[in-house]
Order: sequence, then structure tokens, then C-alpha cells
Amino acid sequence: MSREKKIVLFAVIGMVIATATGVAFGEELATPPVEAAASTTPWWVWPLVLFVVTFLLGIVAVLGGVGGGVLFVPIIGGFFPFHLDFVRGAGLLVALAGALAAGPGLLKKGLADLRLALPVALIASSCAIVGAMIGLALPTNIVQTALGATILGIVLIMWKAKKSEFPEVPKADALSTALRINGVYHEASTGQDVDWKIHRTPMGLATFIIIGVMAGMFGLGAGWANVPVLNLMMGAPLKVSVATSKFLLSITDTSAAWIYINNGAVIPMIVVPSVVGIMLGSIVGVRILAKTKPAAVRYIVIVMLLFAGSRALLKGLGIWN
Amino acid sequence: MAGKVQATEEQLTYAKILDIGMKIGLLAIIITFAIYAAGVLTPHIDVEHVSKYWGMSVHDYLQAANIPHGWGWLSIVEKGDFLNFTGIAFLAGVTIICYLAIVPILFKKKDFICGIIAILEVLVLVLAASGILKAGGH
Repeated sequence: MSREKKIVLFAVIGMVIATATGVAFGEELATPPVEAAASTTPWWVWPLVLFVVTFLLGIVAVLGGVGGGVLFVPIIGGFFPFHLDFVRGAGLLVALAGALAAGPGLLKKGLADLRLALPVALIASSCAIVGAMIGLALPTNIVQTALGATILGIVLIMWKAKKSEFPEVPKADALSTALRINGVYHEASTGQDVDWKIHRTPMGLATFIIIGVMAGMFGLGAGWANVPVLNLMMGAPLKVSVATSKFLLSITDTSAAWIYINNGAVIPMIVVPSVVGIMLGSIVGVRILAKTKPAAVRYIVIVMLLFAGSRALLKGLGIWN
Repeated sequence: MAGKVQATEEQLTYAKILDIGMKIGLLAIIITFAIYAAGVLTPHIDVEHVSKYWGMSVHDYLQAANIPHGWGWLSIVEKGDFLNFTGIAFLAGVTIICYLAIVPILFKKKDFICGIIAILEVLVLVLAASGILKAGGH
């Protein structure tokens, strides 16, 4: 077994153990919230366990080709004793920090496209505010159930959705022409500059209404939905779609994150170890990715999401508390 | 010509500001958390007692821990835990600064549609950040 594969295996096993540790400690705190007694666990254990889990999540997320937020919310929400309100707030900040870190490089290289992002971001960020407000207003069990159903839907998308490196766009539509959404990016693998344009812009923009609401409501980030819409529906090349999606999250999640911050759903003890952990894990993940890409990791991610999504659904329905 | 692709002026400006802002923000959250965890400043909620609150809904938490709403945290920013919000708020505000920086460039290039979209985006983000929008408790 190669060194990289051993690291991946270690990451997955470590995450399961660390999450189980979280569950074990969490059960100690499973008392009615308002009357909850102080934990006998030293305070520093929690941020440390959270840091370890999110560090490993960061590695697995990069190798599995998903954003940190989509793994963070169902796994931390399902297996740690934090209320879903705080997990969603932290999830948004985790996704936001990752997007902010990746954004400058993607923009400078011309992979993320600002002109494509501008109208999409305006719609998605406006709707993310609505989603965040709905999410904070609805009863927790309803949000939990809807989160579980959404995660299972994401599993289906990850399992079934196709990707197209260079989608065929016979003719740019009127709206994208008016907005001058087109571009050229340098494809390093072939050494060619690739001209691209998009179509079905009104339909794509309308879809971002739903994506924005869901991103704000569940604190998931929304790369899982952005990429298929930009790539398959609107016809942007895959690399431009992935890069623009990542950049978009920095705007969509900003608006939703402010709603969570201003409504008190941010606890630094949860947020900071998570943000730092997942970012360091992502850096390690990118280094591993440069050397090898174990195909099995994507399936591991799908299984993890399937499990975490089922847990969220059953927790929401009161079947598995 | 291959390999000569250059991002637009507004895109490069956005990227430059985002890069600097992101680094300052991340550094700020790490430093402020270290101050909080080391107990340099007295926190609003003692670190030993945070676990009593994080299982509550946000509505219950705000009441039980007497947490101010919206930008009210500024009034207790000298507390170790709320000092963390300076870094978090900065990180969440970087995008607004980036947009403000590209608006003049877009209008200078007579790209009025994108300029107006950028202004609208600033308004949306400022509205979200303002604290005016309050979610109903559950």
C-alpha cells in the first residue's frame, strides 16, 4: 500500500474514531438543554476533538471532490452534541473560509470567472438570506428532516450526475450575450486556450434561487449543486464551473453567514477549531491529491454522506435520537 | 495565442483584495481564539461552561446566556469569547470590500450592467450584515 493510500486510510479511520469519541462525550451531555449541567469533560477536549475531526474531514473532502460544508453539517450535526443552529452557522463559516482561501488563486488564473459569477451570486446570495431566516425560524426537527432528505439527494446527485469537460454550446442565449458572459481559459493539460460561452441562462439563474435558499437554510455550502447547473445546464466548461462555483460560495455564504452571526447562531468554540481544522486538512488533502487520487475515496464520501444523511433524517423524524 | 490568457482588471483587483483580506481575517480568528483559549481576557461565558449552552436552540441560548442581538456584541468585545467576533466579522465582510473596489472599474469601462449588479450585491450584503433582518425563534 502506498504512503498516500495509508494516509487516506488513516484519515477515514481516524475520523470514525474521533466522531465516535464525540458521540461518547456527547451522550454525557444529553440532558435537557436549559438545565444542562456543566460537563465533567475538560473544556479543551471539545475543540480538540472537533479540530481532529474537521482536519480529517478536510483531507477526505478534497480527495472526494466535495466542499467541507457538505460533510461538516451532517456529520458534526449528527454525531456531536451541538444544536443544529450552531452547526449550520459553523458550516457556513467553514465553507466561506474555504471559498475565500481558494478564491484569489482561481480568479488570478482565470479559472473562476467574475462576469459569470456576478449575476448568479446576486440571486444566490439574496436567496441565501431568505434560506437562513427560514432555517432559523423553523422547528429543529423539520430542518433536521429536510437536511437529511437533502443530503440523501446530494448522494444521488454525486452517484448519478455526469460531468462534461467541454459542453457543446451551439449558440449563446440573449441574456448571456447582453451580460457578455463568455471567456477564455488556459487548459494546462493540453496547452490550449479554450473559448467558452453559455446558454440557458434564464433557467440557470432561476435554479440558483433554489440553490441559494438551500445553502442558507442548511449551511451546507452549495458546490454540489452549483457545478452541475453551471456545467450541465448552462454549458460552462467543467474547470470553469468548478472554480466559479468555489468562488461563488464566498459570496453566497457571506450573506447567509451574516444572518447566522447577527442572530447569535455562532459560537467561537465551535467555529474556530472547525475552520482551522478543515483548512489545514484541505492543504494536506491537496498535497495527497497531487500525488495520487484513490478512486475509492469518492465512494467512501458517498457512504459517509449516506450514513450521515440517514442519521439526520431519522433524528429529525424522532426515530434515532 | 495559447498561454496568454489574462484575467480582466476588475477580476485581478477583486482577487488581490480578497487575498489580503482573507489572510488578515484568518490570522485574526486564530489570534483572537488563542487569546480566548489562554484566558488572557475574561470571557462572557466561562470556557468551562460553554458546553451548557451549545445544545440549546439559538433562541434559548441568547436568553439563557444573556447574549446581545446583532452588532450588540461590540459592546462586550473586550470579553475573550466575543473578541473572536472581530475576526469572524472581518472574514464575513471581505467580500463587501472586494465588490466596492470593482464598482469604479466597471463604470470606468462603461460596463454599466455589471456595475449595477455589483452595487446591488453590495446592498444585499450590507442588508444581511446590518442586523436588521431578524429570524423568528423556534
